[in-house]
Amino acid sequence: MNKNVLVLGAGVAGLQAALSLKELGYRVTILEKSSSAGGHLKDWDKLYPGNISSSGLIDNLISALDGTDILYNTTVTRSEKSDNGFITEISSGEKIDSGAIVIASGFSLFDARIKEEYGYGIYRRVITNADLEALFRSKEIHKMEMPAKVGFVHCVGSRDEKVCNRHCSKICCMTAVKQACEIKEIWPHADVYCFYMDLRMFGRGYEDLYYEAQSKFGVNFIRGRVSEAGEDKDGKVVVKAEDTLTSRPLKITLDLLVLMSGMVRNTDNKTISDVFGIPTGEDGFFFQPSPLINPTSSDSSGIYFAGSATGPKTVAESINEARAAALAVHKFLSKD
Amino acid sequence: MEEFGFKISKSTRIDLDSACQSLYNQIASKVPDIRTCINCGSCSASCTAATFRRTSFRGAILHINRGFDKKAVEFLKSCMLCGKCFLVCPRGIDTRNIILEIIRSEEG
Ligand code: SF4
Ligand code: SF4
Ligand code: SF4
Repeated sequence: MNKNVLVLGAGVAGLQAALSLKELGYRVTILEKSSSAGGHLKDWDKLYPGNISSSGLIDNLISALDGTDILYNTTVTRSEKSDNGFITEISSGEKIDSGAIVIASGFSLFDARIKEEYGYGIYRRVITNADLEALFRSKEIHKMEMPAKVGFVHCVGSRDEKVCNRHCSKICCMTAVKQACEIKEIWPHADVYCFYMDLRMFGRGYEDLYYEAQSKFGVNFIRGRVSEAGEDKDGKVVVKAEDTLTSRPLKITLDLLVLMSGMVRNTDNKTISDVFGIPTGEDGFFFQPSPLINPTSSDSSGIYFAGSATGPKTVAESINEARAAALAVHKFLSKD
Repeated sequence: MEEFGFKISKSTRIDLDSACQSLYNQIASKVPDIRTCINCGSCSASCTAATFRRTSFRGAILHINRGFDKKAVEFLKSCMLCGKCFLVCPRGIDTRNIILEIIRSEEG
């Protein structure tokens, strides 16, 4: 039996899948297209729930994976089925023999510049959730002057046919509320506004976070999608939305506007789909033939999924799915 | 004399830059629950007065938050303090004391 497994992607799902496979006695090779491991999590500061350090989580996984090959700046170019599994050619020209493949290619963060009406990349005071997280992480935020008013725009690039993303990114409501609380912790006197369409606080403890945002931090929630942002003569951001609960148009001038960029298909999914002959859905995430019962299975035997390659997921879900994928690989390879 | 010609309409837009939230904040300092409303509408749906007169606890606190204090009072004019809204509110908001604060604010 072929004890080698190829994992695509060194984000949290890929690393966890590799670790679980390693623990089951497999030899794993991880391919990573960028120059470092950790995916999106290496840029994030704290994770909810539990205020877990995002980079700490990644560091633990990497140190537990000691001895596992992680090939950086590497992508796949071709793959063929062999008697013994797969022969996959990578960008260096090398060929990798594996019994199974785990696709943990993750997601891409929606490029907020595409929603031009929000002014990201045009107005200085418009940033994204990822930018804010980087400010938290580098502690640069503490050097900033207190913004009197901060706004969060939910669903940027999600639930929006205009940018071809009908899906909900699932985690950004929670992230917005988490970041809103963090802003209030740093600047208790700042006024914080969340502009939402529906508030999707679905997980255990998330509703408590929402309650805390209202009761402890006094975060204001305004139901209405921001239609446009502009800059006034002082460089502040003027935002327009409808306050749909009072049915009136609303305007507010903000010192900082944070766009909750959503999770969209990884830009490389198309290539991966072509190389391995596994289809993607209309939304560009990989197609799961059995999403409810076997979420990690692809429609090609020996190829499995872990994490947000198949749609927006939380970190906890990605980790669990990675473990499930490792078990599925184990079951598959133990058949011979 | 009959007025005719054009006149400038007053904007109905909510301008949060100038909206006065002092009543909201004043009530919140006494009854902090006011901040936890999720606008579900249970209170107004079960309101005894609402069947006959425009009455809405939800509408009242929402309008105070947006700085329309007068409007808020209108929403509670027919309130009989029956307490049904308190019974149904999923956030357990102390509606009675908030209503009393709003009515007092008008008197004072
Ligand atoms: S989680 Fe919330 S912010 Fe994110 S796409 Fe869904 S509804 Fe919008
Ligand atoms: S207390 Fe007033 S607002 Fe509440 S249900 Fe009774 S009449 Fe309606
Ligand atoms: S029932 Fe409670 S939470 Fe719902 S709208 Fe009324 S006050 Fe708000």
